[in-house]
Amino acid sequence: MREPAVKMMKSTAIAEVSGLSICYRSGERDVPVLRDVSLSLAPGEALAIVGESGCGKSTLASALVGFLRSGSRVTAGSVRIAGEDILAGSAQTVRALRRSQIGFVPQNAGQSLTPSMRVGAQVAEVLRMTRKLDKAAARAEAAKLFAQVRLPQPDALVDRYPHQLSGGQQQRVAVALALAGQPRLLVLDEPTTGLDVVTQAGVLALFNTLRAELGIALVMVSHDLGAVATVCERIAVMYAGRVVETGRTEPTFRQPSHPYTRGLLSSVARIAAPGLPAGMPGSVADALELSGCAFAPRCEFAQDSCTQGDAPELVPVTAEGAVAVQGTARYSACLRLPEVLAAPAWESEVRPRRPRERGEPLLEVSGLTVDYRRRPDPHTGPTVSDVDLVVHRGEVVALVGESGSGKSTIAWTVAGLRRPTSGTVTLLDRATVPGEARPADLTRTAARRDPAVRRQVQLVFQNAATALNPRRTVGDAIVRPLRLRGLRRDGAVAARNQVLEGVGLEPGHAERLPGQLSGGQQQRVGIARAIAGGPTLVLADEVVSALDVSIQASVLRLLDDLREEHHLGYLFISHDLAVVRGIADRVVVLYLGRVCEEGPVEKVYGGANHPYTRLLLASVLSTEPDGAPGTGSAADEQPESAPPAVGCPFRNRCPHRVEGLCDQETPPWQELGDGHRIRCHVPVADLSAAELGVRA
Amino acid sequence: MSVLITPDSDPAAVPTGRARARRFALPVTRSTVAGLVLVAVNVLVALAAPLLAPYSPTQPDALSAIEGPSGAHLLGTDQLGRDVLSRVLYGGRYALLISLSATVLTVVIGTILGCLAAYRRGWLDEILMRILDSILSVPAILALLVVVTALGSGAPVIILAATVVYCPALIRVVRAAALSIVGLDYVTAARARGEGFWPVLAREIWPNILDVVMVEFAMRASWIVLLISSLSFLGFGANPPTPDWGLMVSENRSLLTVVPMATVAPILALASLIVGLNLAADGIAKARGIDRITGGLR
Amino acid sequence: MLIKVVGRRLAYSVLTVLLATMLVFVALQALPGNLATQLLGKDATPAAVAQLDAALGLDRPAWRRYLDWLGGALHGDFGTSLVSHQPVLTEAGGYLRNTAMLAGIVIVAGITLSLVLGVVAGLTRDRWPDLAISGLSLLGMSVPEFTVSTLLVLVFAVQLAWFPAVVTAGPTASAGELMQVIWLPAAALTVVMAAYIIRMMRTSMIDVMAGEYVTLARIRGLSGPRILFRHALPNALLPTLNVIAINIAWLVGGVVVVESIFNYPGIGTLMLQAVHDRDLPVLQFIAVLGAATFVVCNLLADLAAVWLNPRLRTPGRAG
Repeated sequence: MREPAVKMMKSTAIAEVSGLSICYRSGERDVPVLRDVSLSLAPGEALAIVGESGCGKSTLASALVGFLRSGSRVTAGSVRIAGEDILAGSAQTVRALRRSQIGFVPQNAGQSLTPSMRVGAQVAEVLRMTRKLDKAAARAEAAKLFAQVRLPQPDALVDRYPHQLSGGQQQRVAVALALAGQPRLLVLDEPTTGLDVVTQAGVLALFNTLRAELGIALVMVSHDLGAVATVCERIAVMYAGRVVETGRTEPTFRQPSHPYTRGLLSSVARIAAPGLPAGMPGSVADALELSGCAFAPRCEFAQDSCTQGDAPELVPVTAEGAVAVQGTARYSACLRLPEVLAAPAWESEVRPRRPRERGEPLLEVSGLTVDYRRRPDPHTGPTVSDVDLVVHRGEVVALVGESGSGKSTIAWTVAGLRRPTSGTVTLLDRATVPGEARPADLTRTAARRDPAVRRQVQLVFQNAATALNPRRTVGDAIVRPLRLRGLRRDGAVAARNQVLEGVGLEPGHAERLPGQLSGGQQQRVGIARAIAGGPTLVLADEVVSALDVSIQASVLRLLDDLREEHHLGYLFISHDLAVVRGIADRVVVLYLGRVCEEGPVEKVYGGANHPYTRLLLASVLSTEPDGAPGTGSAADEQPESAPPAVGCPFRNRCPHRVEGLCDQETPPWQELGDGHRIRCHVPVADLSAAELGVRA
Repeated sequence: MSVLITPDSDPAAVPTGRARARRFALPVTRSTVAGLVLVAVNVLVALAAPLLAPYSPTQPDALSAIEGPSGAHLLGTDQLGRDVLSRVLYGGRYALLISLSATVLTVVIGTILGCLAAYRRGWLDEILMRILDSILSVPAILALLVVVTALGSGAPVIILAATVVYCPALIRVVRAAALSIVGLDYVTAARARGEGFWPVLAREIWPNILDVVMVEFAMRASWIVLLISSLSFLGFGANPPTPDWGLMVSENRSLLTVVPMATVAPILALASLIVGLNLAADGIAKARGIDRITGGLR
Repeated sequence: MLIKVVGRRLAYSVLTVLLATMLVFVALQALPGNLATQLLGKDATPAAVAQLDAALGLDRPAWRRYLDWLGGALHGDFGTSLVSHQPVLTEAGGYLRNTAMLAGIVIVAGITLSLVLGVVAGLTRDRWPDLAISGLSLLGMSVPEFTVSTLLVLVFAVQLAWFPAVVTAGPTASAGELMQVIWLPAAALTVVMAAYIIRMMRTSMIDVMAGEYVTLARIRGLSGPRILFRHALPNALLPTLNVIAINIAWLVGGVVVVESIFNYPGIGTLMLQAVHDRDLPVLQFIAVLGAATFVVCNLLADLAAVWLNPRLRTPGRAG
């Protein structure tokens, strides 16, 4: 992360937000979205705006480009871009600002490109409008822009339609579109959401490169602290519509001066810290609307004075210990500032991994192959091929990989929702069911399985909103599996309440509809529903990926507690390596439906690795970045999505590829001791010794 | 939904415990209420016609034929001397009976088949869709005329024919709605529990497509009413001397210049029913966020 | 890939028409009792019935009759009218042409008008142009064709006497004669058809204009007309295509009523006569024609969709 040497002078600020308050009409009420927000940005600077759901950061991002969602209105303050008021200005002024001063990169690039126009034409359109070029010149210039955002084969890409590009490529096209008008400020709204880990790293590196090349200012809105640390040197933290802390990123992360920032940092799973993050109690729904500090209900430093009077103002941070950098000030909106700064380092609030008692083998998968293809195709292979897995009771086995790696397919096959093409899937250890000592064959679909077997294997889904029937109450959802266990009426209700309490909810929640609960609570209901059946094996499919960071931590802790309490075995699917490090005992790394590495978590994260695992680990973002993660080329991103028929699936991206070997023969297993093994043709000692795994 | 605001960051969407639990909110907008009122009035009038009508609708009275509106006959008389008002009050009965029967049949059969096709998929789905497409391709009136030619114009025949003609479109709409539900995780969870088709249909799918079905019911009803009255107009539906709006328009058309009310009154009555059905359908669709128009095939 | 897509649709359409012909055939042949008996009357002698049976070919099994009919149909021979004893196609020729004229005017004028009104309504959502247009289209789709026709006759023919209430020309009337009297029937058909297209186009426009790519186009600073024509319309038209196709096909059915009211010598009038006379071959032909029109219209709509929507023409990425 490079810092352009820039002097900040308020009068030449490229963007200036003064006391901005925006509210939104919902039914009869006016709901405040932003409250008295003030920020300023100098030319060439990069500012991050971070916060979780409900903090108003997206509204702020759109206000910067002069866009208000229908139903919203400005109740106070202004936004000035290059000195002009963009929210209150005339249509011509606004259009002029949008054309030449400011560019916007939206969150979901795929939906934001016009599907009926070629991408080159969309860029050329802007070029012809702003620079008055003719058709041929505009097209050439569009290709040049594509090259500048490091898209492969820019001249060919110019003629493609948006649906023909991958997510990462679409994102880069959106950046090119924003740059076409040669703006001085680029606003990025959650630019890395929905992108694979490797793609994310590439896109962020691109932003750094562009800043260095073009000297533009950046505002990056994100909930991902790691992404922010890589790109922005200044940060503003928002909570419930207010800015609660601003300052330079590095000192802020090292020693946060607001309890919310502390809580946020300690909620992020970090790959360097083996253990579960601390998390924060409560949710933003508890925010106070009227008096005092909105964060008080969740704050460990709160006192009575915090809930009285007006919301705290931003005050300069000058307490001892804060590193004062010449010319830039830190501000914090906390009444208890001295106590916060004096508190022990937030890194210490990690729940270390407890020693696990590994029980008997529970699930045994051998040679699993799942083929979705309708017609046999000589050039591709089955979706999942030759996967071996073992899960013991009390153990968490993580399946790690990017999208298309087949991890969900495997989970669904174990759950009985897909039929495997070949291989065995067996549920062992049925000692809990009296009289049943036989292992159960899980290759049968759920409908064909014994009810006792069905109960033992349960699924928890990623998106709680679609995992629960919106028209049935929470209680209904939990009682259903209880009924299948044979409980009726009072017995069922009592069991239901017990389950609810077991996941940290109250019996009163049983009467609510899912839509009335927060995301974290919905996910707990999903877990409760799975636990109610009395399972031994839980398949957790990306269960925390859709949750806010602070909620993730508490759900992960819940899962850990349940594992211990009920001696459960987990098959934990995730793309987030940091989360996996905290919760898993063993890790299986998948690429295109084939296992490339597996082993105990400390071994996999600690040393010799398969080249793909290395790539994944190198792409992980940390709040303590240590150098530029590359030039941001798109070459690292996954170009293919079909598994090969023969050979190693990773060969097209692997720097150690051996011609004639890697694309013809399936790589053999190499045992590295302690149950750690990788699948590679190249002896592990020859894989670059300089690229060791993450520091422990 | 603006690109710039993600669902999560809308504070209004963050639910609080203070919200009341409502299992199923009836969509109450002004147009829905107006529509439902119109339909209710029509149904009530049809039911209460014997009590409301001043004269018998079928009793001819040659002496009072072709009279304009007067104290004795509020809307005048037709060429056989029958009181127009009485005939209009009775006029909806035939159309309503046939249409409602056909609509109920269509919706019941169509919903089950649509859900079945969405749940099972595979070859059952494919074959069903092909057959439905073929039925759909024959225009409704032509199809009914063909059936009427072959089997006569008795009420059961017409009800069955209308059902067959309108089922395909409804099945497609329900199937599309059910498809979007069947892919969701909570249905998957139910299947993983080993629940069969009927429990899943009743507990998981049906409550979530109820609103689509309601809209479809109102829409189909309006089209079937249109169809039946057109059929009566052409002489293949209700038979004289039955009072029926479509038939009345056909009978009194030639006297348009002399006694316009005899033709206009049934037209207004018919319009009130159909506008009511359409308003209700629109209102429900808007309140529940259903795209009424892409779903509907005529 | 384009050829594959088009080819599949074509094959599918042919299959649908075939199935439809089978269905119509089955329906018509499901007469209770013997057709010949019905035609000759209850007092007919068995010999006469048998003779008519043979003449009509009714003594052969149904599937053979169907195949015969199909074979003939592919050559343009749809049988002989039971009433006029002319080949069906000759009989229907004049009527077909007249309906085609009527439909042509309705399609061209109606669709253009509806699309424009729909776009206007969508752009001025909830303001007075939209309220007026939406209100009128709600009315338009709530009144059956015979209602509209009757009202039009009342206003334009009776009160204003601009057009004749009833067409006196026969099936062999010349185009010139028809042009004078075609306007009321055309208006009646247009009103009902337009209502559906307007509503669809309005919804589509609202959806697209509120969508993410239009929003981003605005943020790029593109001008209003540019966004409308280059970004919004091509995508807004897509869902409307199907509705347009269905409505064109519906014309074939809707004309029955309208032509009956105005006594317009088109295929609808012929259909009613055939029902009245139980002229099965003619009935069969018209029903099949209706089905074929529907299928062709849908096929054209699909092809237009392929042209407008690049996702259908080019293979996409899985990612």
